[in-house]
Amino acid sequence: MTRFFLILRVAFRAIARNKLRSALTCLGIIIGVGAVIAMVAIGEGASSMVRSQIASLGDNVINIFPGSDYRGGRMMGGGTNSSLTEGDVEALATQLPYLTAVSPVVNTSGQVIFGNQNWSTQVVGVGVDYLTIRRWAVVKGANFNPSAVRSVAKVALIGQTIADQLFQGEDPVGQVIRIKKMPFTVVGVLDKKGMNTWGRDQDDVIIVPYTTAMKRMSGQTYLSMIMASATSAAALPQASEAATELLRTRHRIPPGGTDDFSIRTQADIQNVMGSTAGVMRVLLAVIASVSLVVGGIGIMNIMLVSVTERTREIGVRMAVGAKGWHVLLQFLAESTVLASLGGVLGILLGLLTAELVSRFARWPVLVSPQSVVVAFCFAAAIGIFFGFWPARKASQLDPIEALRYE
Amino acid sequence: MQEIERRDGRPPVVLGIRDLVKVYGRGEGEVTALRGVSFDVQRGEFVAIMGSSGSGKSTLMNLIGCLDRPTRGTYLLDGEDVSLWGRDQLAEVRSRRIGFVFQSFNLLPRTSALENVELPLLYRATPAGESGGPSIAEQARQALVRVGLGERVKHHPSQLSGGQQQRVAIARALVNQPSLLLADEPTGNLDSRTSIEIMRLFQELNAGGMTIILITHEVDISEYARRVITLRDGRILSDHPIAAPRDAAAELARAPEPE
Repeated sequence: MTRFFLILRVAFRAIARNKLRSALTCLGIIIGVGAVIAMVAIGEGASSMVRSQIASLGDNVINIFPGSDYRGGRMMGGGTNSSLTEGDVEALATQLPYLTAVSPVVNTSGQVIFGNQNWSTQVVGVGVDYLTIRRWAVVKGANFNPSAVRSVAKVALIGQTIADQLFQGEDPVGQVIRIKKMPFTVVGVLDKKGMNTWGRDQDDVIIVPYTTAMKRMSGQTYLSMIMASATSAAALPQASEAATELLRTRHRIPPGGTDDFSIRTQADIQNVMGSTAGVMRVLLAVIASVSLVVGGIGIMNIMLVSVTERTREIGVRMAVGAKGWHVLLQFLAESTVLASLGGVLGILLGLLTAELVSRFARWPVLVSPQSVVVAFCFAAAIGIFFGFWPARKASQLDPIEALRYE
Repeated sequence: MQEIERRDGRPPVVLGIRDLVKVYGRGEGEVTALRGVSFDVQRGEFVAIMGSSGSGKSTLMNLIGCLDRPTRGTYLLDGEDVSLWGRDQLAEVRSRRIGFVFQSFNLLPRTSALENVELPLLYRATPAGESGGPSIAEQARQALVRVGLGERVKHHPSQLSGGQQQRVAIARALVNQPSLLLADEPTGNLDSRTSIEIMRLFQELNAGGMTIILITHEVDISEYARRVITLRDGRILSDHPIAAPRDAAAELARAPEPE
């Protein structure tokens, strides 16, 4: 034990004797470890943000989009045909046990006016279950009821952005706004939901009964999409399959024929997003590791120079009784201490960078303790690995030659 | 430590050298540096090895110092034949039995005198200070006191004069209590007064029982020893005692320190 500390002490002294050079040697490792920790933190932050955004989509959501229209020999692209109807919603809601809630969605847009304020926004016509599916709370007032849907009532729920833009602090509930020049009574204000995964403001929206949207506003007789909620995340695949079968039967699509709709579940989105985030994380880790290896080569470089420069010192040490392994361990300890020192400073740099990124770039970061431990161990291992060759070279010097070295 | 007591009561032999031959290189480029050298050194002797460059004295020093192995012949150090030992065994011998003093001091730069003297203690088979005994730093400090540098333990080599640096090197050579102090041109880089001071230190150490081998090409330095071995062309030319060695202490007393 004493010997171990003696060798460490010798290594520390050699490092302290050449402060500038030691600092420059460490720099590669500092940057490498810092990069690993900051990058992994940023990557983790991004994927956790994606996870929470996907969760904000709703409760085990299944989205059913109309398929592509086929016009004059040309496919018009997804969502262009008018295959989805209110009957489909009805059938899905009553015949599929996997679904807890189903709501039609009709997308339109228009200019909203209140007093002397006006705002152009998206207007979404939905059923009463829509807010449940999307796990969206009403913070003021209340959701419209089924009778409002049946009676094609001119009632509206408004998002936070609309509330801020049109009412500026006034209580919107009970007020009358004009959407496409029609008067609507505001029955509720929705909770803030923030941006979605694609950066769109989800609060810049007005929600009305879908019947109102279809009959009074857009005039369309088909649905933009159907949104449903499955009983559980595990039930999503079966629910999706059952819905496909049901809709194929209803739309009279022969076996082998192409669906005139498409179904995407939250799990699908999660998989795509999750794998994107995963790829990004791996990529960042690879880049950071490359910089660590470069740092290791820097250590080897300096250690080789150091061995040459200190040939005489090695000769003296050997003359006064140092064996080969003493010299080997000394230089190995030196490179390992340098790398570990770089590792510790790199961890601090990484934490600082992560903190700065989250504070100034408003990017969510998540420092994983695992990455800290791994980066540090990796740095120390690099010190041993890249320090070994120079150390071995030093230990094999001939004491007579080394003493004579100028 | 194994000692060979002689029947006639003379002190034990520290160094026993028999027909030592050293050949460098092979085949065409073969160079014979030592051509069969034999002599003994007893405990407490102060021997100067003289010779011009090319005489083989550096080769002999490397062999005596266990830095190299002879091609032929035997080398008994404290009665043990070390001529066939391996690298690490020789390192062990250097650590325990030999104290080196070099012409160019060979102190570690930017390292305090104390730490320089501690150096040999770090490489002992049983680390000093581990089993009771004085600590490494204490042993090093005592060695520095012994060479008259007790006040300068914290100084770095660059803050010391040449003579002081050589004293630090001597303290380093003494710290492991070796059987033999091996000095290679220890005064080669020093002015004449400082050289005499170093010789006074050697004479004091020798008077205290230390066996010293001094390698030099300067005749006046060799005259401080009590026996001179002269080498030429790899052979011993002469080996005789000095009846009346120079007395460094007396010379320094006669010539007071210059202002």
